[in-house]
Amino acid sequence: MMRFLLLFSRQGKLRLQKWFTPMSEREKKKIIRDMTTMVLARQPRSCNFLHWKDLKIIYKRYASLFFCLAIENQENELIALEVIHRYVELLDKYFGNVCELDIIFNFEKAYFILDEFLMGGEIQETSKQMVNRSIEASDMLQEDDSSEWFEVELFG
Amino acid sequence: MPAVSKGDGMRGLAVFISDIRNCKSKEAEVKRINKELANIRSKFKGDKALDGYSKKKYVCKLLFIFLLGHDIDFGHMEAVNLLSSNKYTEKQIGYLFISVLVNSNSDLISLINNGIKNDLASRNPTFMNLALHCIANVGSREMAEAFASQIPSILVAGDTMDSVKQSAALCLLRLNRTSPDLVPMGEWTARVVHLLNDQHLGVVTAAASLITTLAQKSPEDFKTSISLAVARLSRIVTSASIDLQDYTYYFVAAPWLSVKLLRLLQCYPPPEDAALRSRLTECLETILNKAQEPPKSKKVQHSNAKNAVLFEAIALIIHHDSEPTLLVRACNQLGQFLQHRETNLRYLALESMCTLASSEFSHEAVKTHIDTVINALKTERDVSVRQRAVDLLYAMCDRSNAKQIVAEMLSYLENADYSIREEMVLKVAILAEKYAVDYTWYVDTILNLIRIAGDYVSEEVWYRVIQIVINQDDVQGYAAKTVFEALQAPACHENLVKVGGYILGEFGNLIAGDSRSSPLVQFNLLHSKFHLCSVPTRALLLSAYIKFINLFPEVKATIQDVLRSDSQLRNADVELQQRAIEYLRLSCIASTDILATVLEEMPPFPERESSILAKLKKKKGPGNLPDIDDARWNVNGSTEHSENTESTNKSPPSLMADLLPTNRPRPASSSPTLLSAGTMGSSHPFTDLLNLNSTPSAGASLLVDVLSDISTPAPINVSEDNFSRFVCKNNGVIYEDQLLQIGLKAEYRQNLGRIYVFYGNKTSTQFLSFSSSVTSSDTLKTHILPTSLLNVHAKAVDPTVDGGAQLQQVVNIECLSDFTDAPVLDIQFRYGGTLQKIAVKLPVMLNKFFQPTEMTSQDFFQRWKQLGVPQQEVQTIFKAQHPMDTDVTNAKILGFGVALLIGVDPNPANFVGAGVIHTKNTQVGCLLRLEPNTQAQMYRLTLRTSRESVSQRLCDLLSDQF
Repeated sequence: MMRFLLLFSRQGKLRLQKWFTPMSEREKKKIIRDMTTMVLARQPRSCNFLHWKDLKIIYKRYASLFFCLAIENQENELIALEVIHRYVELLDKYFGNVCELDIIFNFEKAYFILDEFLMGGEIQETSKQMVNRSIEASDMLQEDDSSEWFEVELFG
Repeated sequence: MPAVSKGDGMRGLAVFISDIRNCKSKEAEVKRINKELANIRSKFKGDKALDGYSKKKYVCKLLFIFLLGHDIDFGHMEAVNLLSSNKYTEKQIGYLFISVLVNSNSDLISLINNGIKNDLASRNPTFMNLALHCIANVGSREMAEAFASQIPSILVAGDTMDSVKQSAALCLLRLNRTSPDLVPMGEWTARVVHLLNDQHLGVVTAAASLITTLAQKSPEDFKTSISLAVARLSRIVTSASIDLQDYTYYFVAAPWLSVKLLRLLQCYPPPEDAALRSRLTECLETILNKAQEPPKSKKVQHSNAKNAVLFEAIALIIHHDSEPTLLVRACNQLGQFLQHRETNLRYLALESMCTLASSEFSHEAVKTHIDTVINALKTERDVSVRQRAVDLLYAMCDRSNAKQIVAEMLSYLENADYSIREEMVLKVAILAEKYAVDYTWYVDTILNLIRIAGDYVSEEVWYRVIQIVINQDDVQGYAAKTVFEALQAPACHENLVKVGGYILGEFGNLIAGDSRSSPLVQFNLLHSKFHLCSVPTRALLLSAYIKFINLFPEVKATIQDVLRSDSQLRNADVELQQRAIEYLRLSCIASTDILATVLEEMPPFPERESSILAKLKKKKGPGNLPDIDDARWNVNGSTEHSENTESTNKSPPSLMADLLPTNRPRPASSSPTLLSAGTMGSSHPFTDLLNLNSTPSAGASLLVDVLSDISTPAPINVSEDNFSRFVCKNNGVIYEDQLLQIGLKAEYRQNLGRIYVFYGNKTSTQFLSFSSSVTSSDTLKTHILPTSLLNVHAKAVDPTVDGGAQLQQVVNIECLSDFTDAPVLDIQFRYGGTLQKIAVKLPVMLNKFFQPTEMTSQDFFQRWKQLGVPQQEVQTIFKAQHPMDTDVTNAKILGFGVALLIGVDPNPANFVGAGVIHTKNTQVGCLLRLEPNTQAQMYRLTLRTSRESVSQRLCDLLSDQF
C-alpha cells in the first residue's frame, strides 16, 4: 500500500500532503523535512527510486513541482511512478495545463481529485474518464447548488 | 489573480491565499494569518448565524492555514456542522477538513459518526462515497466499531453502484488493517472473491486490493481467488490493447489490475491444479514474450507500465521458485535491463536479481553477470544505483567469486559515498569471514578495511577479527606479524591500534624471535600510539602491557616505569588510573607462575552467530536481507560459515576465578579478597582485573554483550544446550534468549559446591513475579536409594528484575553420593503480560567434586593394576570433534578436575590423570588415560575407578569434550 504522498516545490514548499496511515503531527513534520531534503538533493537524471527506512520512495519532478510517493517495501516501483503520472494527468485534465499556482489556489480541488483516485493507500479508480466524470459531476452540483442532487445521480 | 478558480470560486479564499503569497517575510505571514484567525473566530462566535457558504469559506481558510504548518485549535465544530448540509460542496469541505485535521481520538467523533451514518443511509452514491472516504481517511477505532459491520453488506449488495462498491472495498481494507478484530468475516467473503469476475474493472481492481490483504492474513479462506485471478489475468494479457478502453494505459492493458492480480497470486504457492498451473505459466510466458516485442509507443509511460507488469511477473516467478525455465528467462531479461539506458530499469534489475540470486535454479545464472555489476559499481552516476549493485554483489557472492567481489568492494570503498560506507564495511567483513579459505586472507581483508574506512568499522567488526584469530591457532603468528607491520604506518587508525594491542598482547611472542620485532620494539611501537588514543583504547593498551610483562620478562622494568609514571598512576581517568595501579602491583607481587596463570592466553570463544551479521540484520530490518539467509547457504551445499569456528565451542571468555590456581582445591585462607593488596584501597573489587581478558572499554561484560547471539532455545523443554560446555569449566553463559541471559560462576571444594547464578534482563522492561527454584530431576528422586544423592539449596531472589539489570542467586550444593542426573533450574517470570517459563539444566556433574592427586609413575601403575577388575574399567574409542591440540587437551583434563601427570606414561603423546571424587558418604579414587591417534583423528579414553558407575559416568562426561 501507499503510505503518503507529498507535493512540494523546488524551494521545498509543501503544496499537498496526503497520509494514508495515522501519524502524529510531529512525525509528519519530520517526514516532510526528510523527504524534501533527500529528494531535492538528488542530481537530475538520477533514478526515481530511493530506499528510506523500510519504505521505498518514488519521486518525480513535473515542472516546478516534485511528487513524492512512499510505498511499502514489497510494492512495485514502476506502477507507483505511473500512479504519480496518472494523478498529474487528472489534475491537468481538470485545470487545463495545470501549474503549481492552480494547486496553490485550488488546493481543496487537488485533494478532491486525489480522493477520487486513491483511497486508503490503494488505487481506487484507474480510469481517467471515470475519475473526471465524478469530479465534473460534483462541479455541476456546485454550479447548480439549488438543483436537487438526484438529478445528477446518473453521473455517479 | 493568476489562477482560474473553477466551480464555485470562493473569492475571499483566493484573496487570502494571494495575500499570504505576497508576504515578504515569515513575520508578515504570521501577522496576516493571525489577523485572519481573529476574523474567523469573531465570525464563528458572532450572534448572526452564518450561512453555509460563509461557513464553508472560513473552514476552507482554516484548512489552508493548517496546511501551511500552523496550529488550528477551533473550527472543528463548524466543519462537523457542514456534514449535515445538503449542499454537496459544503459537505465536501466539511469532510475534507475532518479527514485532514481530526485525529482519531477527537471527542467530536460521535458527532462525525452521526453525519457519516446519515450519508451512508442516504442511498445517494456521491454522499455515500464521501462518507466512506472519511471513514477510510480517519480510520479510527470508534469509526470501525460504528461501521465495520455495515460496510460488507454495502459492498456485496446487488443494487450498490459500482463507484460505491469500490469505495466500500477499500474502506473495508483500511479498517481491516487498523482494527482487524472489528471486521467480521462471514458469508460476504465468498461474494467478495467473486467481485474478481465483475464487469467493471475499477471494481475488480479495488476488490483485488482487498482480497490480497485478507488472503495474506487467512490464505485458506480466500483460496478460491486463485483460479479467478488466473482467469482474469489471462484475459487481460491476451486482450488486444484497445479492448479494455479506458483501462488501457499507454497501450498496456490494465497495468494496475495486472500488478494487483500478480501480487494476489504471491500469497499462494503455485496452483496445484495442473490445468490452472499451465494457464498461469502461459500468462507469465506471454508477459515475458511481450518484453521482447518492439514498444508500441515511445512514451516512457508505456514502457513503465509494461515493465511494471513484467517485474511483478518476475516477482511471482521468484516467489514460486519452481519453474527453472521461467527463472532463467527472468534472469536473462533482468540481465538485458542491467545495461539498459533507463536508470530506473538498471536499478530495478539489480534489485530483482538480488532475490533471484537466492534461488538454486538461478544463482548460477545471476553469477554470469558479475562483470556488468562490478562495472555498475564503478561507473553508475547515481548513488542509489551503486547501492543496489553492492547489494547484488553481496547476494551473488559465494566461495568461487568471493576474492574478486571482496577486492572490488574494497577498492570501491576508498571512494564510496559516506552514506553507504558503514553498511559496505559490514558486508565486506561478513563475506571475508564467510568465504575465507585461508585465514591470512581474512586477516588481510579486515586490516585493509580498517585502513581504508577505519571510521566506519564498528566495534563488532574488530571484535570479530580478534575472536577468529583467537580461535584459529594457525593464523595467530601471521596476524601478529601483519598487525605489527600495519602499526608501522605513521598515521594509523585507532581501531588498528586496538586490534594491534590486543593481538600483540596475546600473540606477540610468536614474532618476538625476529630482532626487528623484538619485545622492546613491539612495546615501543604500541606505546608510541598511546598518547594519541582515546581512554578505552589506552585502557586496552595497558592490558596489553601487563600481558607483555608476562610474555617477556625482559621488558618488565621498562613497562613498570611506564605504569609508574605520573601520567598513569595519577591519571584523571579513574579507569586508567586503577588499571595502572593494579597492573603495577600485580607485576610486583605476583610470582611468575601466578602471573602466567592470570594472564594465560585467551581460551577460544564459543561458537555464536556472527555479531556482524546480527548487526547488518538489525540495520536492514529482518525482512530486508533475503540475500544471505540460511536457505542460500544450503542451496549451495556449502557450510563455509560453520567450519571456521565450530572447532572451538567450549568456553566463553574466561574469568579470572577460573584461572587462579587456588580455585581448586581451595585452601581455607583463600577468599575473594585474595589479592586485595593489589587494589590499594580502591573501592572497585579486584574482579575489575577480569577485564583484561575481555575488551576493557565500556565494562566488564562488554565482549559478552556484544557477541551475544540471538539463539532461542525452546522454553518448555529443559535447556541443556550449553550443559556439556561446563564439564571442564565453571564459569560462563549457560542460557540465553532474547529476554534473558543466565551466567554461572561456580566453585567447588571437597563435596561442597556453590554456584552464583546471574540472571541478566536483556530488555528494557521490568520482569515481574520472577522466581527461580531448583528441582532435582525425576530420575534422581526415584533412584533406588531412599535419600537423594545431591542436596541442592537455592536462596530466594527478588521478585522483580529491572530492565538491563542483573540479579544474582546463590545455589549451594552438597554431594552425598555419586550421581548422574543434574538438577534443573526452573525460572518463571512475567514479561509484558505473558508468563515466561524456562528450565535449564544446571551443570553440576560428578567430576566437579574431584580433588586432583599428584603421584609418581610407580604409584600410578601400582594403583592402575589394583583397579584391574573388568567392572572397574570403562574404555571408549571415539572420533575427535575438535583439532587435536596438546595444550587444549591439557587444559581440558585439568579443567576436568584431575591432576595431569607428566612423564608417567611411557608414550609422551598420551595424557594421564589422577584424582579423588569426594562425596559425603565416600571417596572414589580415579585414574584416567587418554591416547590420541592423530593420524586416525581418534582417541581412546580409559577410566579406572573403584566404582563401576563412577567410571562410566566420568567416561561419558569426558569423552564428549574432545
